[in-house]
Parts: sequence; structure tokens; C-alpha cells
Amino acid sequence: MSLTDSDAKIDAREPATSLAAVETPFSRFVADYFESRIATGALAVLVLIICLALLAPLLAPQNPYNLAEVDVLDSRLPPASVGMAGYTYWLGTDGAGRDLLSAILYGLRISLLVGVASCLIATVIGAVIGLTAAYAGGRVENLLMRLVDLQLSLPAILIALILIAMLGKGVDKVIIALVTVQWAYYARTVRGTALAELNKEYVEAARCLGFSHTRIVFKQILPNCLPPLIVVATIQAAHAIALEATLSFLGVGLPRTEPSLGLLISNGFEYMLSGKYWISFIPGVVLLITIMAINLVGDQLRDVLNPRLKR
Amino acid sequence: MTAYLLRRLMQTAVVVMVMSVIVFFGVHVIGDPVWLLVNPQMDQRDIEAAVRALGLDRPIWEQYVYFVRGALQGDLGRSFIFGEPALTVIVQRMPATLELAVAALVMAIVIGIPLGLYAGLKPQHALSKIIMAGSIVGFSLPTFWVGLMLIMVFAVMLGWLPSTGRGPTATYFGITSSAFTLEGLRYLFLPALNLALLKISLVIRLTRAGARESLQQDYIKFARAKGLTHGRIVRVHLLKNILIPVVTVLGLEFGNLIAFSVVTETIFAWPGMGKLLIGAIQTLDRPVIVAHLIIIVLLFVVINLVVDVLYTVLDPRVRVARQTA
Repeated sequence: MSLTDSDAKIDAREPATSLAAVETPFSRFVADYFESRIATGALAVLVLIICLALLAPLLAPQNPYNLAEVDVLDSRLPPASVGMAGYTYWLGTDGAGRDLLSAILYGLRISLLVGVASCLIATVIGAVIGLTAAYAGGRVENLLMRLVDLQLSLPAILIALILIAMLGKGVDKVIIALVTVQWAYYARTVRGTALAELNKEYVEAARCLGFSHTRIVFKQILPNCLPPLIVVATIQAAHAIALEATLSFLGVGLPRTEPSLGLLISNGFEYMLSGKYWISFIPGVVLLITIMAINLVGDQLRDVLNPRLKR
Repeated sequence: MTAYLLRRLMQTAVVVMVMSVIVFFGVHVIGDPVWLLVNPQMDQRDIEAAVRALGLDRPIWEQYVYFVRGALQGDLGRSFIFGEPALTVIVQRMPATLELAVAALVMAIVIGIPLGLYAGLKPQHALSKIIMAGSIVGFSLPTFWVGLMLIMVFAVMLGWLPSTGRGPTATYFGITSSAFTLEGLRYLFLPALNLALLKISLVIRLTRAGARESLQQDYIKFARAKGLTHGRIVRVHLLKNILIPVVTVLGLEFGNLIAFSVVTETIFAWPGMGKLLIGAIQTLDRPVIVAHLIIIVLLFVVINLVVDVLYTVLDPRVRVARQTA
């Protein structure tokens, strides 16, 4: 683990030094980003986590969904104990005798999938609504932005709970709930940036050239709204993952057949009072590391992409 | 001011109305609660009688009109599960939730402001860096997991504090709270800390940012030039100015605390509104879900309104800006 970690760090730093000779906006951005050691480390950890999640079926010693591979007699073993089949469970096993390491790798996949998918959909919806509001102005803008205000004045978890109550359990339903909770942040961000961009000369020039509205909005304005959008998307991805875990923990999120990290933690809760801490503790640590890595990367992106903070 | 207040009240009414429509119709899209309520051995006629008794055989818009008529008279329907008015069921559990939220708010202020102030006044000090790193961790920690870990450490491993339920209560000045008894406080501590953790991080960051910004201002320089002691500058001049945003944000966050108590209450088996909501969602107890959400929305818009008005009263700058606008 430590080997791959340091490898990733070296890989990540290389482009910064080699590209610095040719100053393009992108190479400057990369160089700025890797100035912070914490942010570099966070990105390395994040890349590692994503790789682990993507390669889970190859890396996991056991397929936790395959009942033939799971031995109930091995349930609730502490970390690093040897099971009935002579196999060592490095992170212990859960209540059903599943290898916790494998369960976490698979759980990570689901958590990231739900977080990233909801985030992407919300970005698209939010960007389109924000751009529409900024470009259309007048009554349309007023209506859309009141809707955003209404949405943002209520706590995310409450809205998610209402929606889950209406829709029921399931991956798709949780994603719908998370999208509904998030789109308003993007819409507000994009509208704010787009309003500033609309007054700039290049937009006027594009209008004079007789470009269509869609072309101006999506090809001229949208690219200039991307930096703040990316920052919000990163932070929101962390929120989405945490919220999904919370919903699953409360028993109203993902179904038992799709155990995300939140559900693993929830499964361990009943054994907690008898001192079997690892079933909840270890998935929680993985969740925490994931969220923290995303937050740190997001923080750095915000600093680097914010022109006001340019040194 | 009156015109402003009236406009805000109108907006509030519209928001509550819209939310009631969304929630009412939304909740009715989900499964049929009848099947959870009737005895499996009941025959068709008994089931139909049960449906009629609950008013579920009417068209949905009629149910809504009926609901609104009742709601305006303070009747939000009758819980399918408890057989009591939904409002009564919720109001019974409200004090426990409010107690938890208030305790968390107090914790956020008592812990967050001194730490944030320290980090803001001595940004280069090692302790300040630890405080700030702690606040980043505090932001990233999922509430429910922290709750589990608190139980793990303080209840299971150390055995210092109880992990579930609410302690004995006592009544003073017409307020019944477990915070008035020593035993009750022991039960209150862990859930309140769990709920407060995010807000502590928030207050630390707000206070620190405020302190660092205010330190550059002329009035601080002037106070220094007057020869005031450092302690007095911090306590009287600095703190007063930092507190405005902190109070505003905390006021707005109070509603959030109540919403997030859903999680904390579930973990610590705290008998409050949040736990009731989760139970109601799982048993499809529609009247309780609808009533609960409408009460929360109402609470939220009222809190927002009160904070807005207070803000105007507290900060002369806002008052002037609003009058000229």
C-alpha cells in the first residue's frame, strides 16, 4: 500500500516540473496545484481510492456477494484472524462472515458510483438552469432563482428524506434524491458567473456575429463558467457520498443487496455494544479518508482557480 | 419595517403552502399503507371498512382539501400507527429534540468561539494549526459515524457515559428538561456533542476568519493607539464585531440542527421528533410524515424570519441599507 502511495505521488509531481517550461494556462494550473504538499498527497490518496474501487473485483480476496465463498462460521472475527478455510482476514469479518476488506472494496465502488453519478447529473441540470436563468433574465430568472432559494433554505438531509419517503429504496432513487438536493448549488454558482460573463465584450462580439443563443450560451459562456463549477462539483461529491452513507445508515437509502460503506457501518452497529468495533470502525475510516481527500482536493482547486487569490 | 415584515410573512405562507402540496401528494405516491395496517387474516370487507375509516378511498385532491381544512384548525390528521392526532404525537416528542438542539448549540458556542478566537489571534502558533486541522476533520466526519465512535469509546470501552435513551427529567419554570438533573446531563452529553461537532467546526472557522479580518481594521489600530490592554481590545472591540456573523449563522443553523437530529436520535435512541420521522417513513405512517415535515418547514421559515429581523435590529448597517433600498 505504501509503495503504490509513493509511486502515485512521484507520478503526480512529474508533469508539474516538466511542463513548467512552456507556460500554458493548464500547465500553470497544474504547477499551482502541486505547490501544496497536502493537496498533492490528497490527490494521490484519491487516485488510489478510485483505483481500488474500480479494480475491486480483481483485488478483493473474496467476492462478498457470492454465498459459496462466505462462511458463516467465520462471522465477527477480529482483524488478522485465520478463518475456517485457512484464509487470513486482515480486516476481520462482519456479522455474516464476509471478509471485511472485500466488503469495503465493493462498498467503495457503490459509494463512489452513487456520489459521482449524482454529482454529474446535478452539475448538468444545475448548469443548464443557471445558464438559462442568467441568459433569459426577467421573470424566468426570478422564478428559477426563487426555486433555488427555497431549495437551499431547507436542510439537505430533510429533502433527501422526504424524497426517499416518496420514492422508496434503491440505487436509482438515492441518486434522484441526491441530485434534487444538489442541483441548486450548481445553478446558483453558474448563474453568478454567467451574469458576470454576459457583460464582457466577447459575448457582445458573438452577438454581433449573429451566433445563435444556444451557441453563445454553451460555446462561449459555459467554458468560462467551468472553474467555479468544478470546485463546487468536487465539494458536492464529498457531500453526496456522506449523505448517501447517512441515508443508508438510517436504513432508508440503498437496499441490503447493494452494501455501500454506510450500510456496512450500519451492519456493524448492532455488534458495537459487545465491543466488536472493527465492523463499523474500519468502513468508517475508509469513508472518512475518502471524504477528506475529496475535500482537500476541492479546497486546493478553489484556491488555484480563484483569480482573486493569484499571487 | 412593517412592509418588509408583511412581505416576508406572505412569502412564508406561500412557501409553507407549496411544501404542503409537494409533501402531501408526494407521500401519497408511495405504497399503500393499508397493507401494513390490516391484519393479514382480515377479509376483503374488513379491509374496505378500514380503508374507509382512514379516508383512503376518497380521490387524492379531496383528501388534500380535507387535510388543509383540518390543518388550518390545527388538525394535521391522525397517526395510522399511534391512533392519536399526528400533531400530538409530534409535539410530545418535540421537547426532547429541542433540548438536544439547544444543548448542541450551547456546546458549539462555548467550545467553538474560544478555539476560533485563539486560532485567529495567533495564526502561526502550533496549537492554532492543530485547531484548524481539527476543524477540517470535523467537517469531513460523517455525523452518524462519529456517534458510533463516541458510543464505542465513552460507553463501551470506558463505560463513563450511558449510550442510549434520555435521562430523568425535572421541571423548572415550566420547562421540563433532562438538563436539570445530573443523571439527565450524563445522558445528554454524548448526543449533544455528536450533534454539535459540525457546528463547532463551523464556529471555529467563522470566528477565526472574523478575528483575522477585524484585526486589520482601523478601529482596532485606534484602540491600540489609545493604549487599551490587549484583553480589553479582544473582549470588547473584537468579539463584538465577530459575533454578528457568528450569531446569524448559528441562528440559521438551529433549524439544521433540528433536521440533523434525525441521525443523532437514531443512533442514541433519543426519543425525539427525528426518530419518530424515521419510524414513520419505515411504517408509511403518512399523517405523521406530512405533519412532521410541515412542522419542520414552518419552524425553518420562522427561524429564518426571526434571524433576518434580529439581524436588522442588531446591525445598524443593514438597517440603514434596507431603509434606503
